[in-house]
Amino acid sequence: MDWPKKSERNKNLKQIIAFTSFKLLSYAVVMILFLILAQIVFKGFSVISWEFLTAMPEDGMTKGGIFPAIVGTFYLVLGSMIFAFPIGVLSAIYINEYTKDSFYKRFIKLMTNSLAGIPSIVFGLFGMTLFVNTLGFGDSILAGSLTLGLLTLPVVIRTTEEALKSVDDSFRHGGYALGATKLQTIRRVVLPIAFPNIITGLILSIGRVSGETAPILFTVAAYFLPKLPSGIFDQVMALPYHLYVISTSGTNVAESQPIAYGTALVLIMIVLLVNIAANTLRRYLGKKVKMN
Amino acid sequence: MNHIIATEKLNLFYNDFHALKDINMKMRANTVTALIGPSGCGKSTYLRLFNRMNDLIDGVKITGDVRVEGKDIYEKNTDVVDLRRKVGMVFQKPNPFPKTIFENVAYGLRVNGINDNGFIKDKVEQSLVQSALWDEVKDKMNKSAFELSGGQQQRLCIARALAIEPSIILMDEPASALDPISTAKIEELIYELKQNYTIVIVTHNMQQAARVSDHTAFFYLGELIEYGETKEIFTNPKDKKTQNYITGRFG
Amino acid sequence: MKYFIKKLTEKFIEGALFLSSTVTTLTIILIVFFLFREGFSLFKHSPVEDGFVIAVNKGNPVDKITGPQIMDIFDQEITNWEKVGGANDSIILFRIDNISDYYTEAQLGDSFQYVPQLISRLIDSIPGMVAFIPATYAVDGFKGRVIELPNVSMKKFFTEKEWYPTAQPAAQMGVLALIMGTLWVSLGAILLALPLGLATAIYMAEIANEKTRRVLKPLIELLAGIPSVVYGFFGLVIIVPLIQKVFELPVGETGLAGSIILAIMALPTIITISEDALRTTPRAMKEASLALGANKWQTISRVTVPYAASGISAAAILGMGRAIGETMAVLMVTGNAAVMPHTLLEPVRTIPATIAAELGEATQGGLHFKALFALGCILFIITMVVNLTVEYISSKRKLTKR
Repeated sequence: MDWPKKSERNKNLKQIIAFTSFKLLSYAVVMILFLILAQIVFKGFSVISWEFLTAMPEDGMTKGGIFPAIVGTFYLVLGSMIFAFPIGVLSAIYINEYTKDSFYKRFIKLMTNSLAGIPSIVFGLFGMTLFVNTLGFGDSILAGSLTLGLLTLPVVIRTTEEALKSVDDSFRHGGYALGATKLQTIRRVVLPIAFPNIITGLILSIGRVSGETAPILFTVAAYFLPKLPSGIFDQVMALPYHLYVISTSGTNVAESQPIAYGTALVLIMIVLLVNIAANTLRRYLGKKVKMN
Repeated sequence: MNHIIATEKLNLFYNDFHALKDINMKMRANTVTALIGPSGCGKSTYLRLFNRMNDLIDGVKITGDVRVEGKDIYEKNTDVVDLRRKVGMVFQKPNPFPKTIFENVAYGLRVNGINDNGFIKDKVEQSLVQSALWDEVKDKMNKSAFELSGGQQQRLCIARALAIEPSIILMDEPASALDPISTAKIEELIYELKQNYTIVIVTHNMQQAARVSDHTAFFYLGELIEYGETKEIFTNPKDKKTQNYITGRFG
Repeated sequence: MKYFIKKLTEKFIEGALFLSSTVTTLTIILIVFFLFREGFSLFKHSPVEDGFVIAVNKGNPVDKITGPQIMDIFDQEITNWEKVGGANDSIILFRIDNISDYYTEAQLGDSFQYVPQLISRLIDSIPGMVAFIPATYAVDGFKGRVIELPNVSMKKFFTEKEWYPTAQPAAQMGVLALIMGTLWVSLGAILLALPLGLATAIYMAEIANEKTRRVLKPLIELLAGIPSVVYGFFGLVIIVPLIQKVFELPVGETGLAGSIILAIMALPTIITISEDALRTTPRAMKEASLALGANKWQTISRVTVPYAASGISAAAILGMGRAIGETMAVLMVTGNAAVMPHTLLEPVRTIPATIAAELGEATQGGLHFKALFALGCILFIITMVVNLTVEYISSKRKLTKR
């Protein structure tokens, strides 16, 4: 057959144009990331000091530190994890190891995915009516932690499920063959192997919880509260909400901008550290499991 | 000079793994050559040499000669696209494109710059007739190719390969995923196509090799153990390994 | 005995595991219950704030006034009773502050104890008067007549543009402008993010070598990990001033700023899901295309992308869903004007931003509070539809393309 000669050059030219532009667009995406990081790191770096991290805010939050917000976020992360970790992991174990009924499995999966898709502000509304009002916890660490916990639950379930799924069935059969019960097999064989991936998923969800704002707006976050909480029924400041407040509705938005940059940098550092920690731990624990 | 395909002292490496060792083999035009051997023996790799499909895999290194129609196809200035138009390929599992039946067959023409719709239409029909699928699909040319049965899909893939008028067709276990009736149809088709094309077929199925091929090559651990007329190989193998394989002692 | 205890423990733990697995379902049920109970009660409520009533003279024949009409009356757009089906008489407005126009301070009493009676008398004496007064004044012995306004209607809730939830005497609850604002901003975000995200996904799945991919992938995951307030802050200090300068606008807080920030935030979702979809294209299918003389780009554009089309559309829908529900970043950069948007260069307000901005000021259980929950219901329904659509697409994909 006679093939048109021109088409050959044509299609190769198109390929070069397409590939080059895709490459440039991909790098543009990475550039956006670097732009954000660079902006916040450069401007925030000079603000951050030991004092900034450990002092109370002063002068209508235009001076001083962000200590109570750091402590508040810490408590909220801790509280939500105490709630979401056990329930999420147990739930994933049940779904992956116990349910044979594919309908129930699919149903739970649908519900988990749906919950993951619900906007965080809706969680805020829900947390306010259920925990703050109906159960009477008031604006408190407890109410905020539970709301955040529910928000992370689907993430924990999903990552744990993935981790359990990646354990080959031969390990389970090996356990049964030695006369172990189902529970023993899960505890002694399946969980240790899945552990690195489970823990990685859990750590990553910490990053997510520490940055959430909308769910805590009406359940716990305080606009300005220069003291540390004394119990779980206290209100607290939180880093993301603090950033929102001082950059939009503080007493003097222009003057508090350095503090806003510093707060943003602390938030980004948390996310970065959590990412690095998760990856390192996965690699370290992954090796250990393989060696055993 | 009627050897349309020939390899000489051909060696192929996947990184450090020596996958094909010193293969010397010649195939004549308008014949069917079957490549047999246990899994991992290198027969599929060997087949994929002739349209340079191995290029897509990282870390492949080739030494020696591969000649198609007398030309060394691994020479620097080889036009790979031109080669692939000359050497068609049918894969293990039917793999129609996510397009209509018509567009599947027209694909090869279109990507090679042919825009004449009348010509394309004729060519599509001709190819489908050749692959014995026309009567079954002529009323649903605009339906998705995924609606066809597995056997029909595989014949569609053959029609797709035929549409760009290759002279050689490589078949990589073309019937391994099909039921016996569809397999019989494909084998019948191979017999018909032999009139106009040179066919190289990789197969796991000993009976199939015996039924459809003129020559058979037995590969084992990257080596060509025995190559000759199919009848000879199956009735009077010279090598012990060949005998063991075709009588089903391993593989 | 020991065996029995062991067996019991196993059963007990299995029960605990089962209970845990029901928590997500339970949460959704509770969310639906609380959200919709509060949200729907809006439609059983008159647009007049709790604790207040509208009262007229007993002789006034008008007995039906709608919310918008009462607003027009109090805005003095309607000045004659004839317009609302009454007699030809001009309307005289009375708000509680107007009391000093009629009576002296001495008459009102030391602790304003005579106010209710005086108002009652006033309404009785002036036939054309309409008064907006606390409900506690209109009890026993009240000489005026209280007019009940029709409840907030669902139809009007969805079709009217005016969002003045705290307006008095009658709140105006039209969410059309908010819905349009949300859709505009999200649609703009997807239009920006989809080409960029798809290009990156194609580059990562089909073009880049393994090494480049291993660098790009974690960077994009990092992009997904940055908190939304940080995006909002970045938008506020970089994007907003930039838009203001480039388009020479009075303010940079616009729908466009929201779209850009949401686009950046939607990128990781779109890239990851599209890349996964592209990767499911069978190798043999791509090889078949190459074997027919197509080059890599032809294979990508004519085979790989069409094969992954349903997955890519799922990515786009999910990205859109995320954009619709995003709160903080949008709240910070869009300017939050509750008016119908005409272009993306105007301030707009989205549903989630409205909830976040106003819930703090709304009285617990009041009209405004309920209206915000109704907005939450809309958001919940939209995201549920999005989720189910994506589930449907991906389940269909699994069935047809094994």
